[in-house]
Amino acid sequence: MTYEWLVRIITNYWPMFIRGAGVTLLISIIGTIIGAIIGLLIGVIRTIPMPERGPKRVFLKFVNFLLSAYIEFFRGTPMIVQAMVIFYGSALVFNVYMDRILAAIFIVSINTGAYMAEIVRGGIISIDKGQFEAAQAIGMNHPQTMLNVVLPQVIRNILPATGNEFVINIKDTSVLNVISVTELFFQTKSIAGNNYRYFEAFFVASIIYFVMTFTVTRILRYIERRLDGPDSYIMIDNQMQVERPEDALRKKGQN
Amino acid sequence: MENVIEIQHLSKSFGANEVLKDINFSVKKGEVVCIIGSSGSGKSTLLRCINLLERPSGGKILYNGENILDEKHDIFKYRTKLGMVFQQFNLFENHNALSNCVVGQMKVLGRSREEAEEVALKFLKVVGMEQYINARPKQLSGGQKQRVAIARALSMEPDVMLFDEPTSALDPEMVGEVLKVMKELAQSGLTMLIVTHEMGFAKEVSDRVVFMDKGVIAEEGPPEQIFNNPKEERTREFLKRVLNQM
Ligand SMILES: Nc1ncnc2c1ncn2[C@@H]1O[C@H](COP(=O)(O)OP(=O)(O)OP(=O)(O)O)[C@@H](O)[C@H]1O
Ligand SMILES: [Mg+2]
Repeated sequence: MTYEWLVRIITNYWPMFIRGAGVTLLISIIGTIIGAIIGLLIGVIRTIPMPERGPKRVFLKFVNFLLSAYIEFFRGTPMIVQAMVIFYGSALVFNVYMDRILAAIFIVSINTGAYMAEIVRGGIISIDKGQFEAAQAIGMNHPQTMLNVVLPQVIRNILPATGNEFVINIKDTSVLNVISVTELFFQTKSIAGNNYRYFEAFFVASIIYFVMTFTVTRILRYIERRLDGPDSYIMIDNQMQVERPEDALRKKGQN
Repeated sequence: MENVIEIQHLSKSFGANEVLKDINFSVKKGEVVCIIGSSGSGKSTLLRCINLLERPSGGKILYNGENILDEKHDIFKYRTKLGMVFQQFNLFENHNALSNCVVGQMKVLGRSREEAEEVALKFLKVVGMEQYINARPKQLSGGQKQRVAIARALSMEPDVMLFDEPTSALDPEMVGEVLKVMKELAQSGLTMLIVTHEMGFAKEVSDRVVFMDKGVIAEEGPPEQIFNNPKEERTREFLKRVLNQM
């Protein structure tokens, strides 16, 4: 009986499942990317060396206070509650009826941003002091040091944590059904309700969630490995006179 | 010859700990000056004050006659005029050997990639590392890393090179290759200020040796004086101690 229902639900409703999974992926991809960017920006701001005195110091202190408040608040409250407050709050207070998908992306982004900010800050702090000093010693200022030396290393180091956030987001967007975003959980609930077949519908949903998170995890692993580059380097041999370093450079310049 | 760097009444404290006290000395163009002294005497701190990795607590640092501690002085531009070589190499982990030497030239000096790579390659050859341009820091030995770090500093074409115990973190068999490069640089007329524990090297290459003890310059003079005929009791004791260890 159950098996027949399973087949029937899949054959009748697969477009709805796919659409739901698509929305879930869309929200979690964009939310993770925007969240990671928010996290990077905040992480960089929060690690700006504090000037010893002057108005700049006061301003930076104030900004840091605001950023800490943001981080603490969003880490300290459930996303399901944030979704309700932001979605209904914006309607009530500002009279703005947000597009539900946009609202969802907004909520996931700022939520992820709060988590990523701490991850990035940890990543920056864990970079060896010598890297900063070497960059300063050749005359780089703080932004140049960050862009050319520190952040590339931080991004590599936080990639696993970012992937983890992405996977969490794929799962946690399900709470956004409370503001009727048509993501996978919401779609499944409709399908289940229409047929009074909760087990079968949610069994299909669980498989789809798993396939999504599993695939994403694998892809991220692959990217990490690619970023680490080859294990060995190509030695440019002068004695052979086949290719001098200059030629290697020129060749590199051409392609 | 004019002074490239002149230090007047320089002091530095970390909290209540006065690490440098009324330091006065100068480096002339083309001169090779070695700083020796026991651990904790403030040698690194002095070097780090000179390129402003540490903010001095008092005194003046004149670079070509201008006090770089003036508020309005552009410290970023000043730092490009000083090359720094660290004990721990501090190569940029996310760049390969070539790129380590190129990134500063492009981002700070505004050179084009072609020009920067040409300059980088020239100095990688000077240190004998031109075969390793593709290697990442992780893949190099300590001595190789330090030679790339020297090339990175030279690529900025600084007026003065500062070395802070460049061979102290190296395995004994790699010390030679780095000292050899530094000797060649010294002979080429580069202005160098070197903190070192390698007494033989200091004796051989320096025009002048500065002996530091407990945050002050205890004695300063030509290597013959410092090593063969020190005037100060403290210098004599220090040398006896380090030379006995060898
Ligand atoms: N950032 C810092 N904060 C507090 N104290 C410091 C700091 N840096 C150095 N010191 C102190 O300053 C003194 C001099 O240190 P410095 O590193 O200049 O000595 P050094 O002569 O280079 O010694 P070594 O030969 O071991 O490298 C030491 O007592 C050290 O503890
Ligand atoms: Mg030291």
